[in-house]
Amino acid sequence: MRELPQWVDVIVVPVVSLLLAAVISALVILAIGEDPVLALQTMVSGALGSSYGWGYTLYYTTNFIFTGLAVSVAFQARLFNIGGEGQAMVGGLGLALACLYLPLPHWILALPVAMLAAFIFGAAWAALPAWLQARRGSHVVITTIMFNFIAAALLNYLLVNALRPPDSMDPATAQFPGGTHLPTLADLFAVFGIGFAKSAPVNVSLIVALAACFGVWLLMWRTRLGFALRAYGNSETAASYAGISPYRMIMVAMLISGGLSGCMAINNVMGEAERLVLNATEGAGFIGIAVALMGRSHPVGVILAALLFGFLFQGGAELALWTSIPRELIVVIQALVILFTGALDNMVRGGIGFVRDVAHTLREAPERQGKG
Amino acid sequence: MGAPGAATRGQTAPAIELRGISKSFGPVQANRDISISVRPGTIHGIIGENGAGKSTLMSILFGFYRADAGEILIHGRRTAIPDSQAAITAGIGMVFQHFKLVEPFTVLENVILGAEEGALLRPSLRRARRELLRLEEEYELQVDPDAVVGDLSVGHQQRVEILKALYRNADILILDEPTGVLTPGEADQLFRILARLREEGKTVILITHKLREIMDITDTVSVMRRGEMTATLKTAETGPEELAEYMVGRKVLMRLEKNPARPGKPLLEIENLRVTDDSGVERVKGISLNVRAGEIVGIAGVAGNGQTELLRALGGYAEATGTICIGGKRVPLSGPGADGGARRRAGIAHVPEDRHREGLIMAFHAWENMGLGYHDRPEYRRGIFIDNAALRQKTEGRIRRFDVRPADPWLPAGSFSGGNQQKLVIAREIESDPDILLVGQPTRGVDIGAIEFIHRRIIALRDAGKAILLVSVELEEVLSLSDRVVVMFDGRIMGERQAAATDEKELGLLMAGVAQGDPA
Repeated sequence: MRELPQWVDVIVVPVVSLLLAAVISALVILAIGEDPVLALQTMVSGALGSSYGWGYTLYYTTNFIFTGLAVSVAFQARLFNIGGEGQAMVGGLGLALACLYLPLPHWILALPVAMLAAFIFGAAWAALPAWLQARRGSHVVITTIMFNFIAAALLNYLLVNALRPPDSMDPATAQFPGGTHLPTLADLFAVFGIGFAKSAPVNVSLIVALAACFGVWLLMWRTRLGFALRAYGNSETAASYAGISPYRMIMVAMLISGGLSGCMAINNVMGEAERLVLNATEGAGFIGIAVALMGRSHPVGVILAALLFGFLFQGGAELALWTSIPRELIVVIQALVILFTGALDNMVRGGIGFVRDVAHTLREAPERQGKG
Repeated sequence: MGAPGAATRGQTAPAIELRGISKSFGPVQANRDISISVRPGTIHGIIGENGAGKSTLMSILFGFYRADAGEILIHGRRTAIPDSQAAITAGIGMVFQHFKLVEPFTVLENVILGAEEGALLRPSLRRARRELLRLEEEYELQVDPDAVVGDLSVGHQQRVEILKALYRNADILILDEPTGVLTPGEADQLFRILARLREEGKTVILITHKLREIMDITDTVSVMRRGEMTATLKTAETGPEELAEYMVGRKVLMRLEKNPARPGKPLLEIENLRVTDDSGVERVKGISLNVRAGEIVGIAGVAGNGQTELLRALGGYAEATGTICIGGKRVPLSGPGADGGARRRAGIAHVPEDRHREGLIMAFHAWENMGLGYHDRPEYRRGIFIDNAALRQKTEGRIRRFDVRPADPWLPAGSFSGGNQQKLVIAREIESDPDILLVGQPTRGVDIGAIEFIHRRIIALRDAGKAILLVSVELEEVLSLSDRVVVMFDGRIMGERQAAATDEKELGLLMAGVAQGDPA
């Protein structure tokens, strides 16, 4: 395998993957007798054409940054944490309990406390799979998937039987007290006199998510713990030679990963719904896997990939609203993007390498003839 | 075979001819205008320092890289080799230093892998078995076709690689550092096989850094230095000194100069050490050994007799029973405190046998690798942070002092040649200022120029009053470097000799498990 230059790897490969996904999506839209150009226009204007659209796109982006970071941290230690969904659900539970039962008069206090609760609950949900991997060798892929189901069942039970206010039929907690209300981006922008759609759910969590990206970057590339994590992820044998404990690395990576997934709750539970509802995560835990894959497990890549998936989510919703393209097709488009950027990454890479080789040969051919 | 090309004039065309091959990787010119011509039915050696471009040249020949300029002629016919499939079709077979075998498969299954005929396995296997047995007969390459490859010795696995190439009708066989993993006896057997291949008219290209092998077996030899072919000679008309000079571009001391040791008090005391590996087999069966300050104790032995496990246990990453005392203080052998970090803090530095899997992280930059095992040291520690700038600065100095090439701290470890990788590891371990240095196979896959350098560094460390425990399967190395030699066989110590008062023959017998006084 010949290596591609780094800029090709980081920029060209994802862009080509994306274009391929777009082309095939367009063909599918054509096949069902709709207009792909109109579809694209609808998606772009719906997701990026107004501050309302941006407000939703960035709201989804915030979710995906947290779950994408979570998967990335585990990836760096060569652990495949598929349990982001469950960890985010349980993180939501922790956050809801903090918001409902702790006296939190102002969001400045409520945000860190609730986030800590979400982190701890998310981490705790990752702890058992991590321990099983570290001590028993049970694969985290299997155990974290199973823990997603357990989390869903647990939340279902708690929301129906324990946390639901007695006078409500809705399987959800009571509304959080007013002190826990997070300022939206519109509130923040208003301070500077900039107008922004008031009804869009994007909130201060976006800034926290970006800060988390910086934090993960610091952790991975500037701390001794990050060095050890990456060493373990790159070579288990070299790590044990160096005296880096595999047990500790697995536990730490998975706890941080689970905690980050859990932190997503500050956006979707605290920032948007302001109560814990059933299935609040809406699959963001799984999208995080694609985000981490596409973002090459690097915080900057995660931000960009999360933005793309935020766009797809919001644009997809607009598509379903304004055109007769069925909802299912949006899932198809998202799946194609995931397929090309995540799973078929090496195919695109190989294709680009092949094109380069052919170009190389064509350039060489006249020279050869000249010589011969 | 094929129509004669322009190169044939009366005599047979060369089996392989390279004309003006050049290849650069960015600013690095790995091969510069290289031309060689190898006559059919001969063994041609290619020797050169690590990083001289031998492997690049062979990779071009086997279709892994595409040359920037130049052409390849196989039996006088110009041949394009865009990939390894084309190389195989052209009759080229390659035996890599690291074997490409599926360990749980049988010999027969490995041989047909990728060359199966049709979707059903059984008929292919039947035909292949007949062909394989014929090849084994013809070339005296006996291997049980039904043996599982993972159970075979390294020497036999290498035979399977050769058989794989022959099965694909290779008539030009390239071997890359084939004796790097073999015992002296296995190496002799390999050379008999190569001689047999030559008798049968095959052409063999042998890439090595060992002058003795070139002298023993090749007909012609090409020397490479810094990407260029500096000489092509008839082996019979040259000698090791001349070849070494062509390789490094200056006179090389072939004998190691060192002063007698002045041993002090014991720094490393091992008492009745036992190590059991992951599969529950006891590999080290009660070893007692002292290493004193200012001496080098060499452990000789055929690979796989417990040396690896002994080093791991001493390095802190294999659990053991018995006692180990470092500087008179007993260290824990299992549980908390029995890890590589704790051993380093106690004063042990360790150049592991396997630099690819243990000593370095191939994807990490050279400077990041300088932190491997030492990232918690005060000099790199800034609270919870790691002082990357300090690491980079350290690396620059070490690269200079140990003459690592290319001198680029940002290069990933995997992009350095074997010898330069080893220099990185040795620089890190020696300069961590240990009391005790464990060295495993310090010059495996390392060229002459670097060997001399590495040996002198190890002796300098000894002369600085440190205790050094050396493990090597190269008997010559153990003998020339050590002050005392201990022979390991089957997890036990077979005997101990003063290096000055013994020879290869005596140690060879001990290595084969023949105890003193036994009728040999």
